[in-house]
Amino acid sequence: MTPATGRTLRKILAQYQKELLGDWLQTQLAASTLRPDLMRENELREQSRELLALLQSAAQNGNLEQTDGPEWAGIREFLARLSRSRAQQGFSSAETATFVFSLKQPLFTRLRTEFAQDAQGLADEMWIANNVLDRLGLYTTEMYLKGREEVIQRQQREMMELSTPVVQLWENILALPLIGTLDSERTQVVMESLLQKIVDTGASIAIIDITGVPTVDTLVAQHLLKTVAAARLMGADCIISGIRPQIAQTIVHLGVNLSDVTTKASLADAFSIALKRTQAKLPPQMGTTS
Amino acid sequence: MAVVHRSVLPIRSQEDIVRVRQATRESAVAQGFSLVDQTKIVTAASELARNTLDYGGGGEVEITRLSDPPRRGVRLVFTDKGPGIADVGQALADGFTSGRGLGLGLGGARRLSNEFSIESRVGEGTQVTIARWR
Ligand SMILES: Nc1ncnc2c1ncn2[C@@H]1O[C@H](COP(=O)(O)OP(=O)(O)OP(=O)(O)O)[C@@H](O)[C@H]1O
Ligand SMILES: [Mg+2]
Repeated sequence: MTPATGRTLRKILAQYQKELLGDWLQTQLAASTLRPDLMRENELREQSRELLALLQSAAQNGNLEQTDGPEWAGIREFLARLSRSRAQQGFSSAETATFVFSLKQPLFTRLRTEFAQDAQGLADEMWIANNVLDRLGLYTTEMYLKGREEVIQRQQREMMELSTPVVQLWENILALPLIGTLDSERTQVVMESLLQKIVDTGASIAIIDITGVPTVDTLVAQHLLKTVAAARLMGADCIISGIRPQIAQTIVHLGVNLSDVTTKASLADAFSIALKRTQAKLPPQMGTTS
Repeated sequence: MAVVHRSVLPIRSQEDIVRVRQATRESAVAQGFSLVDQTKIVTAASELARNTLDYGGGGEVEITRLSDPPRRGVRLVFTDKGPGIADVGQALADGFTSGRGLGLGLGGARRLSNEFSIESRVGEGTQVTIARWR
């Protein structure tokens, strides 16, 4: 490759950025692949502007034949982010890659104007521009698939985590060991199934164990408090166990008031308290102590 | 003060909030934070990410690992282009919520951080910056 190669492409990217953006947006807005249902126009405009700016700076400093070089790190990072968010917004992988490929048309048009007299020059530069955009488009597809995989894995994990069963530990004592992220809508389902189980078994104590919950923020706390209140209305007391020291500190800083709720560090502690309480409620001849 | 590492994550869905927490924890671990300090900044991140999504209509967070020898820190900047907050003092007050929350997230995030600032313009958006140091 001679040093001169790609010079016009670089020049166009630098000089005609505004015009290119205008032409490109026009192409995209007119295309049948446009998804106004998934994305607003100003977001598309912003993304297009950013990609062009990143492309310009990468092309200015980097090798046009090696889009995996360090100069291209910025644009690769941007494309990775874009594909992931588009995967989540519901775009297909083809629609996502088309975003990059559709830049070809306005770019080629500019090149044609520049090389009006020089067919060989035009062919050379087009070849380079084509390769760059192909590679970036393929990279986008790759990242898109990776993003999708992550989403699916997460969903599967979440489903598993939150199908945590309510277990009967002892007569009158239920336990709900919670594991994983607690702020999804399924939390509601898990909490409701605990309440249902209280009704079904007539349990008087429910232990909610949050040892496996990594973060207790205000939303999680609110879910817990609501469940405790609802259980109380049905005649069952809740004990929250698995409050580790770091969680206890965080709850205090947040200002969440758990003083009305019995809390214990471990499930075992909670269970022994529960045993004492339920035995105390048994008729005297059935109790083992006192 | 030097930037060691910087990343930007979108906040558009519940899953994104989980990712923000994970990325924040990753940064806190990389900076050598204790378990308590990790938990504090992750919880603050969770609160601010949810506000960004619920009230700001979505946005993004910039996560920066900082080095200011002998200190090491993590800075989070949450930005949205939502409706903004008319009365920041009120929003920060414990128990105030315009939704159905406990109204503790913003004040809680401030208490969980070493540095806290908020900039908001009605009709333009909100930016909340926190940092925690070890
Ligand atoms: N990014 C934002 N944009 C607009 N308004 C906001 C934003 N963040 C917070 N607010 C306003 O500030 C109020 C208080 O926020 P805060 O996080 O303290 O409580 P909450 O979100 O209502 O409840 P909690 O966080 O306890 O679940 C919110 O109810 C909302 O009105
Ligand atoms: Mg909040």
